[in-house]
Amino acid sequence: MAGKAEAAHHDDHPTGLKRYLFSTNHKDIGTLYLIFSLIGGIIGGLLSIAMRMELQSPGMQIFGDPGMYNVFTTAHGLIMVFFMIMPSLFGGFGNWIVPLQIGAPDMAFPRLNNISFWLLPPAFLLLIISLFVPGEPGGEGVGGGWTIYAPLSTSGSPGPAMDFAILSLHVAGASSILSAINFITTIFNMRAPGMTLHKMPLFVWSILVTAFLLLLALPVLAGAITMLLTDRNFGTTFFDAAGGGDPVLFQHLFWFFGHPEVYIIILPAFGLISHVIATFSNKPIFGYLGMAYAMAAIGAVGFVVWAHHMYTAGISLNTQAYFVAATMVIAVPTGVKVFSWIATMWGGSIQFKTPMLWAFGFIFLFTLGGVTGVVLANAGVDRSLHDTYYVVAHFHYVLSLGATFGLFAGWYYWFPKITGYMYSEFIGKLHFWVSFIGVNLLFFPQHFLGLAGMPRRYADYPDAFAGWNYVSSVGSYISGFGVLIFLFGVFLAFQRKEKAAGNPWGEGATTLEWTLSSPPPFHQFEQLPRIK
Amino acid sequence: MDSKNAKQKDTGTAQAKGGPSNRKVAFSMAAIVFGMLGMSYAAVPLYDLFCRVTGYGGTTQRAEQAPDIVLDRKMVIRFDANLARGIDWHFKPVQREVEIPIGESALVHYEAKNITEAALTGTATFNVTPEAAGQYFNKIQCFCFVEQTLEPGERVDMPLTFFVDPEIVNDPEAMNIQEITLSYTFFPVENDETVAAAETGKTGADGT
Repeated sequence: MAGKAEAAHHDDHPTGLKRYLFSTNHKDIGTLYLIFSLIGGIIGGLLSIAMRMELQSPGMQIFGDPGMYNVFTTAHGLIMVFFMIMPSLFGGFGNWIVPLQIGAPDMAFPRLNNISFWLLPPAFLLLIISLFVPGEPGGEGVGGGWTIYAPLSTSGSPGPAMDFAILSLHVAGASSILSAINFITTIFNMRAPGMTLHKMPLFVWSILVTAFLLLLALPVLAGAITMLLTDRNFGTTFFDAAGGGDPVLFQHLFWFFGHPEVYIIILPAFGLISHVIATFSNKPIFGYLGMAYAMAAIGAVGFVVWAHHMYTAGISLNTQAYFVAATMVIAVPTGVKVFSWIATMWGGSIQFKTPMLWAFGFIFLFTLGGVTGVVLANAGVDRSLHDTYYVVAHFHYVLSLGATFGLFAGWYYWFPKITGYMYSEFIGKLHFWVSFIGVNLLFFPQHFLGLAGMPRRYADYPDAFAGWNYVSSVGSYISGFGVLIFLFGVFLAFQRKEKAAGNPWGEGATTLEWTLSSPPPFHQFEQLPRIK
Repeated sequence: MDSKNAKQKDTGTAQAKGGPSNRKVAFSMAAIVFGMLGMSYAAVPLYDLFCRVTGYGGTTQRAEQAPDIVLDRKMVIRFDANLARGIDWHFKPVQREVEIPIGESALVHYEAKNITEAALTGTATFNVTPEAAGQYFNKIQCFCFVEQTLEPGERVDMPLTFFVDPEIVNDPEAMNIQEITLSYTFFPVENDETVAAAETGKTGADGT
């Protein structure tokens, strides 16, 4: 479908199953990533709706066994992080857009790219299998949360479910590491003549920083979960006090990965939002260099703040003071970004097209989540809010809402470029408003629940929390309906087949992908563009 | 594929300008990956070392002898005993608490009894709370430094000699501590048949 006519003269254009299974084309692989993350997102989303159905009122509703609720929570978290957000923003848009924006014909290692993608479906399968095999005594699946803390993940869950989940993370991690190496090589070596690092589009910058974060953080997760695996199966005692190990060490290793991971999730959204806002304000981005280096700074500081997830795990007062200060420092480059986005819009001729709405939504929701993050950064406050719904609300505002609103901004922004078809503006806007209302109804009341002391990771709660939980559940159904509108919008766009121009957004869209046809030819830039 | 790669080389940009080849970049990045993987494993002994040096998490210190200075101030030391699953002993401190001058060494006892029909070997982990006291709590002699094997029905008295470092009064985080609780947990040692067969008093785990 994609650009058959243009590519007809080319010798290498496989079709059918072979085209995708053996694909070495960055656009086809990007499409595969996007389809994969769509499936991951739907499964992960259904799990979360089941959780909200359970929490809609006090007492047990749909789960016979409260352990199963925790299994759903765990799977929801792991799927959304590893099989929805990462494959879409980093894998999907990264693959599709990075070579186009730097004026490269393809990725540096096309076959490595193929392996990176095809490692993901088996990883996902391993995680799905873990839901159906014995885990904790008397139940199926992994119920320890996405953080899989020892000893619950070692002696606490003897069944093979945890082993499946660990192997799933290993395979997904290998996939991400390979694609990170590929992106770094591509971005360093294959930029069009004249495109210096300081002329590179911000989305490419964001993917470059993300790739380095993956490279530095994921091996630590791989190490930590390998230790879990050998603790579970081969008698080592890395995290077992009986043999001289320490379960808190797992928390340190996990969060040394886990904190950069949240920036891995959000940074590509930072990058693409800059393009959307510049395009629909018809102005170049405000403070380009500051924006690029703010992302690098967020990535660097992200590696030295991990223990703010562990204030209650027994770290000394001085250590807590350091981690409070370091965590607050992150608000500075983040503030640089938020203010630069606003300054970009300032005095621009703003068009309220669908991608721009999502970008507005992104800034609003991400900033809100960032503010609660600054609240939680205080070790003293965290003492009372740790593991409550306040934390759930915080990280959903930045990740679930921030990152996915960024994702949808990118989706609507690049949909015409990727598919060659124009989406329905009405459906896109409807999708935005239904989602915006839904997610705020869903997550804002969770701040109140958390402040009132409702702990996370329980299937039941005292009657006092019933009101806001009901509201929150209604919000989740509205958000779920928003996803249906989204899917209908995609269906409609393919059914209407309204051709999109090479550059449907006008003169605000200045990056190289808009100089190509929509969809771009199967192989682009046989004559490399020259950047002034 | 090969022809495609070759084409990229012709049109390549950074390489054409004399930058490192794709292969070189990829291998350096892979080296970073393996370096980080190695560091995650290096974290295990480093974390252990860090805890012992700084008293992090209430890790106690070892000393050869008590210091020369004894302060006027006294410190209450409380004792706590726990058993992990799988080790059927009776285990308790002989005295619940002692009050000693800071800097003076004290000798106390724990007692343990094997109430099963089989010989059992255990090893104890320990720490103190408040955790900030860890780096000032020094043990000269402790049953926790070696593995303990108890024959069926055997009862032993386990001595412990310790002192509180007078430096504690100069640490702003620890100077206000009035009371330190020392806690032990006995864990069964795996494959205890072989250990039980060996004569008692052998040095195994050195109590980290």
